[in-house]
Amino acid sequence: MAGPSRVRNSIDPFGKIIKDAPLARAEGTTLARSKTKTGVRERKVVRSSRSRSQSSGRRVYMVTGGVTKFAKAHPAMDFRLMVRRAYDYALKGIPNLTKDRIDGTRISYFSDHFTRQLKAASMVQDYLGMNPKGSIRLEWGGATGGECFQAGYEAVASGRMDVCLAAGFETMSRVATWKGNEFIALASDTNFDFPLGGFYTGYYALMVVRHIYEYIRRTKFAHITDEREAQRQAVAEGSRIMSLVSVKNHLNALHNPYAQYPKSLSVQDVLNSEMISYPLTREQICTMSDGAAVAVLCSESVAREFTDKPIRIIGVGTGTDTMRLADRPFGKVPLMPKEKASDYTHLEYPGVHSFRAGRAAGLEAYRMAGITDPNRELNFIELHDAYASSEIQTYEDLGLCKYGEGYDFTERGDPFLTSVRYPFPTPNAGAIPVNPSGGLIACGHPVGATGLMQAVFAFWQLQGSVKKHFGDGTLQVKNAHRGAIHSHAGTGSAVTVSILERGYRP
Amino acid sequence: MTPPKFTSFRDVMEELDRGGNAIFIDKSGVESLIIRSPYAIQYIHSYAEDSPFFLGLAEGRLRGSKCTKKSCATVYATPRGHCMECGSPTVWVDLPTRGRLHSWTTCHFGSEAFLKETPYNLALVEFEGADSLLLVRLKDCTESDCYVGMPVTAKFDPNPKYSITDVWFVPVP
Repeated sequence: MAGPSRVRNSIDPFGKIIKDAPLARAEGTTLARSKTKTGVRERKVVRSSRSRSQSSGRRVYMVTGGVTKFAKAHPAMDFRLMVRRAYDYALKGIPNLTKDRIDGTRISYFSDHFTRQLKAASMVQDYLGMNPKGSIRLEWGGATGGECFQAGYEAVASGRMDVCLAAGFETMSRVATWKGNEFIALASDTNFDFPLGGFYTGYYALMVVRHIYEYIRRTKFAHITDEREAQRQAVAEGSRIMSLVSVKNHLNALHNPYAQYPKSLSVQDVLNSEMISYPLTREQICTMSDGAAVAVLCSESVAREFTDKPIRIIGVGTGTDTMRLADRPFGKVPLMPKEKASDYTHLEYPGVHSFRAGRAAGLEAYRMAGITDPNRELNFIELHDAYASSEIQTYEDLGLCKYGEGYDFTERGDPFLTSVRYPFPTPNAGAIPVNPSGGLIACGHPVGATGLMQAVFAFWQLQGSVKKHFGDGTLQVKNAHRGAIHSHAGTGSAVTVSILERGYRP
Repeated sequence: MTPPKFTSFRDVMEELDRGGNAIFIDKSGVESLIIRSPYAIQYIHSYAEDSPFFLGLAEGRLRGSKCTKKSCATVYATPRGHCMECGSPTVWVDLPTRGRLHSWTTCHFGSEAFLKETPYNLALVEFEGADSLLLVRLKDCTESDCYVGMPVTAKFDPNPKYSITDVWFVPVP
């Protein structure tokens, strides 16, 4: 509760904190002038449309986080106890951060069907002993956890809370796998889409078949005139490159004790694994999981009381798109700063090959954070790789490369770590590591927790504390100063991007 | 009688499948009682403003919708009551029954209710004169036949179930 005893320092509590990250200044802010009898006088601040999305709220810091191990099933823990375990981990070792310092919560889970308990968030609130503090439950399909994180951000940025607990969970083990797929597919149009098979992997397969057609068939295999043969070769090539992503994420996860499916795979293992929906194979797809994750978000005035290594959230963005793939328009690409309209003269966008919501979320978050060149200005990204295909599509949405360059970007090795040995050449490894944790493909995807899991992993990267929390420092990105997390809902119908930055001098 | 105890969750599942209850013992020795909890529901599903599309399928017609604003006039192959570009109401229009594959896939799995139908093909079909696509089942062809751009034609179920599966597409012979 916002009690009167709370210390609200009016002086700068962050002796060493970087007060004004030059990138985060509100660009485009101009002073409007109006004529008065005495002449020109500065009147009020007017913001251009470019700066409107920039935060005018309070600075927000993440001060701690926790996750449970993600598993196929946690029969000995229901969702309340899973959240409690993640919460206990987050608060461990921070004597000042006690329950009474938490002003309220934002709690997320995706599916009432999976939980078979409506108002499950209330039961979490109850179990943690948070009543009668304020709470809101969040749900946004696969992006549920990412939205919960941003809801926590907004609770603090708005001044409504000084300390907000963002907690998420999912218990997907309560039903068999194919019933679970049915529940997930109920997040597609039940008039037009669901009755065709009720299968999300099928939707993503449709998207990647077109992505491969646009960016491999029409380029690398443009010389082949037999259309069937050209597409067959293009899909084989695309599948091979998607498998590199799967190998990367599973191998990275060998060093992450929280991951559900760490393993050493070859490209051939991935290609030979069971075909689920052409051309996506089992090892290119994330699984259902039980798990929970929490993040504690604070205002600047109190963050230092809990940690001398606070991580600041310097940018948040969200984007959306049509629920039905069939409705996606064929228009123009919203450009990243480094792109030109002439780069995409013949590209109809987004069609079903790209995630316009991911591009929109990235643009908003980058603009707020002042990022113009994400490859140089971000040290790593934890992104929503529910499918190996969507990881490659997301490289393009987030401007790590241009549309159409995602496969080459993967092959060059840019998203790979230098500290992990992969069974193929990765010449550009370390350029911009993506999913150093292993991502959804290897960590699992307990939907309501996933976006918060990314926040926790990013937080540990930026604090340089991966070794402490994983018991293995292999995945630590050296000198990580700024990173992004990306959470994505069904076929790209909703995406969140948040940018986190070290809020202290090391 | 105390339910049987298992250290493998797979064994727990099998015991439940046999109609029993079970106790799962995890690695740390914690015992969890696990029971079955069935849940079934019959929904009263109205197609509401989409109804003419499904009634059209029963008559062998493929109906899309067209924005009524002259300067917009977007044509939707999957109908919608209001235009997503300009917000104007739409009117019903007949779509051609021939089109081309915009994308396709073969699903070897599906949600529980559809597992018995596997493998099945899904296709996004594009139509001359329409600005958006239609997601349908694709029949009478296999993985090795299909390609983006393949001409396809609609078939209609003579015994309509009033579902999107009342229409499917096949390759143009």
